[in-house]
Amino acid sequence: MMLVSVLLLAVAFLALGTGALAAGTQPPWTVAVYGGALLLAVVGALVALASLTTGTVDEVVLPLGLPRTGLRFRLDGLAAFFLLVLDLGAVVACLFALGYGRHEPRPRRVLPFVPAFLGAMHLVLVADDAFAFLFTWELMSLCSWALVVSRPDTAENARAGYVYLVMAGLGTAALLLAMGILAGSDGGYAFAEMRAAEREPWLAAVAVGLILVGTGSKAGLVPLHAWLPLAHPAAPSHVSALMSGVMTKVAVYAALRLILDVIGEVAWWWGPVLMLLGAASAVLGLLHAILETDLKRLLAYSTVENIGVIFTAFGLAIAFRGAGLQTGAALALTAALLHVLNHAFFKSLLFMGAGAVLEATGERDMERLGGLIHAMPLTAAAMLLGSAAISALPPLNGFVSEWLLFQAILQSPAVDVWALRFLTPAVGALLALAAALAAACFVRAYGIVFLGRPRSPAAAAGHEVDRWSLAGLGAAALPCVLLGVFPGPVIDLLAPAVATLTGGATLATQGGQGWLSLVPVDPAHSSYNGLILLTFILVSGSLVAFAVHRLASHRVARGPIWDCGYPDPSPATQYTASSFGQPLRRVFGSVAFSAREQVEMPAPGDLGPARLEVHLRDHVWTMLYAPVAGVIDALSERLNVIQFLTIRRYLTMMFGALVFLLVVVAVWR
Amino acid sequence: MTDALAFDIAHLLAGGMVLVSFMLLYQDRMNGILNAFTLHALVLAAAVAWQAHIQSAPHLYLTAVIALGFKAIVIPLALRQIVQRLGIHREIEKVVGVGLTMLAGLGLTALAILVVLPVTGGADAVAREDLAFSLAVVLLGLLMMITRRNAVSQIVGFMSLENGLILGATGARGMPLVVEVSVAFSVLIAFIVFGVFLFRIRERFDTVDVQALDRFRGDRG
Repeated sequence: MMLVSVLLLAVAFLALGTGALAAGTQPPWTVAVYGGALLLAVVGALVALASLTTGTVDEVVLPLGLPRTGLRFRLDGLAAFFLLVLDLGAVVACLFALGYGRHEPRPRRVLPFVPAFLGAMHLVLVADDAFAFLFTWELMSLCSWALVVSRPDTAENARAGYVYLVMAGLGTAALLLAMGILAGSDGGYAFAEMRAAEREPWLAAVAVGLILVGTGSKAGLVPLHAWLPLAHPAAPSHVSALMSGVMTKVAVYAALRLILDVIGEVAWWWGPVLMLLGAASAVLGLLHAILETDLKRLLAYSTVENIGVIFTAFGLAIAFRGAGLQTGAALALTAALLHVLNHAFFKSLLFMGAGAVLEATGERDMERLGGLIHAMPLTAAAMLLGSAAISALPPLNGFVSEWLLFQAILQSPAVDVWALRFLTPAVGALLALAAALAAACFVRAYGIVFLGRPRSPAAAAGHEVDRWSLAGLGAAALPCVLLGVFPGPVIDLLAPAVATLTGGATLATQGGQGWLSLVPVDPAHSSYNGLILLTFILVSGSLVAFAVHRLASHRVARGPIWDCGYPDPSPATQYTASSFGQPLRRVFGSVAFSAREQVEMPAPGDLGPARLEVHLRDHVWTMLYAPVAGVIDALSERLNVIQFLTIRRYLTMMFGALVFLLVVVAVWR
Repeated sequence: MTDALAFDIAHLLAGGMVLVSFMLLYQDRMNGILNAFTLHALVLAAAVAWQAHIQSAPHLYLTAVIALGFKAIVIPLALRQIVQRLGIHREIEKVVGVGLTMLAGLGLTALAILVVLPVTGGADAVAREDLAFSLAVVLLGLLMMITRRNAVSQIVGFMSLENGLILGATGARGMPLVVEVSVAFSVLIAFIVFGVFLFRIRERFDTVDVQALDRFRGDRG
């Protein structure tokens, strides 16, 4: 019943998208489209919540699709949880878009694709056979691609669209091959048949590798992340929020579903591999983010980091499962799923905040922003909250999931594989580094954009955005606080989703713990209580404020602002985004990016300015993508000759192929 | 009549088709090719009729009649007329020498037998032999298509290939009548299209040597 309503919702989303093709582009129409999507998303969230709480498993077979398989859909705990993430993300983004979407320069390129994109994602989450999954996955990819190229004004955006299309094609091809392996030679394309099938361990390992290429390229796992910082910022901001906040989660869902549920028995060594990939994503993503001066691209790089955190937890779960520690696996998966939910909220919040800044000032370059806290106080407050949440500061939600992940990492001494015992703390250290870098990154982002003085006239002319946009920001900010202060009920809600992946093991029910505490393993071991923490922060903060205001001197001393020793009032003398990133660039840049600094001092008497140039190189491009692209180019150059043969040569080729195959048949029998 | 005799005759007729295919490969004059092709179709008609007899499948007689009517009478006559009108009775240039072509043909026949006989272990003897020979005929037809330059002899190669398909299909007692009739008609239509093209090529280039087309394309072919 619930599955049917999810399918109907998906169809309604697609119909809304089709309808938007015919609709006008003026505000009443944009409001109708986004409002309709908002309503559908609210209903979807309620359905997903109901399905999660009742814990029912629904299946439907439609007489479409592959002849023997039909089109299968299934709604279980895992799918319901991700549906909840998807619909909540959609609610927030559509609310924001009600205001933000009115200023869209080319509505026809955006309006039809947003509901279609949402509908396709709904279908991916409930697909239960290879055909349904791949079809809807590709539909999702194409809709998001259309949104990425919705502003083809700059060469940068056009290139982003191209790179995204190539990576999406690569990912789908890898998934197609993986499905072929999983279905086996008998062609059991339903997931149920794949679950039941027996396969060689090495074949399963190859399938896992292909699935990781397919889903990792969509989620932005290093080294397949290169498209993400190009494509996500190229879309309109509410779509960026959907892509970063929700679509990457659909990819995470696909990885979890296919690897842990459909394949099931995974070699334990995939665990450490995934943990290393995840940790590398986390650290590299943030190193990129910390040197980035484009606000939206910074956020996209931070998505790479968060996906890395999620995949690390995923790898940890595989390793624990391989070692027979089902509770450890459940803890790691709970952390992963909770981070999925949290990231959906704070990344949507931050992207929409960046969109609000973009709308108010027309600027994405942080070096040209500044001082917006005066012009946009509400946006600034929401962004502050989002920055604190993504930096994993208690009592906000980012802290809870990362804390749970570290609790899982601390379980590693119980594993009796020595490699894991050494590796897991090392991965933990990398994640701790990433957490610290995240804090630095968002202090920098928030400080440069909202504090200080405006660095350009556009920033000085900034204004607060409209009420709907603010409502969207508020709707995304509120859960960041609630999930941080009351994580227990949500973790209990996750139990059915975790149970589908661990074969029944879940965390202990958190609802019964005293004082709304979170006790993942053992009360003697560790516990977290967001409420007490919040109370403490509020009380101590109020006390300090009281003390400062009451006990300090009442006289306000006004003096000239500190001017770095320069009496020049130009805002260019302020600390900039680049100067903030410089120490970290000095520390990590030479290794991670082959960073080179070049200083050109004018000769004495020369009136030209001194120049400082920094050259960064992304090794993923130069070491991985460029050689692959080169090989493909060279091959296609060679094979191009085949396009221009004579008819008789084509016949000869076919004849040769036929004879060759016949010889193979004759010899191999 | 014993089963052994029935099998021997079927074997003889199918083997005869392979033999005629070799004759087709060997011919280097237009009239010779057309005569050999007529013979090919006659042997096919006989083989199919014999299959109809030993399988007691009356609809196969119809196939035999179609083969006789179209392949042995209508198409050779039409081709002869085309050749007359085009005025090509000259020797045919071959891409590969006759000896080499024949050797390749021998290899292909051996390959066809090597492939089919082990695979069809469970089937009855007539069908096995028929399948092996028909695969050989198909391969020889393809070989003829790629070793000839003249468009007419390429057409003959295609038609002989199709004869091989019919032989295989009747031997395996599978193909329903509808399929056969439609295949026959499609071959006829292919023939008409080929004929039209021949005249168009001739009009344009004053020759039916397909090499002229390649030269006209001006590419690296």
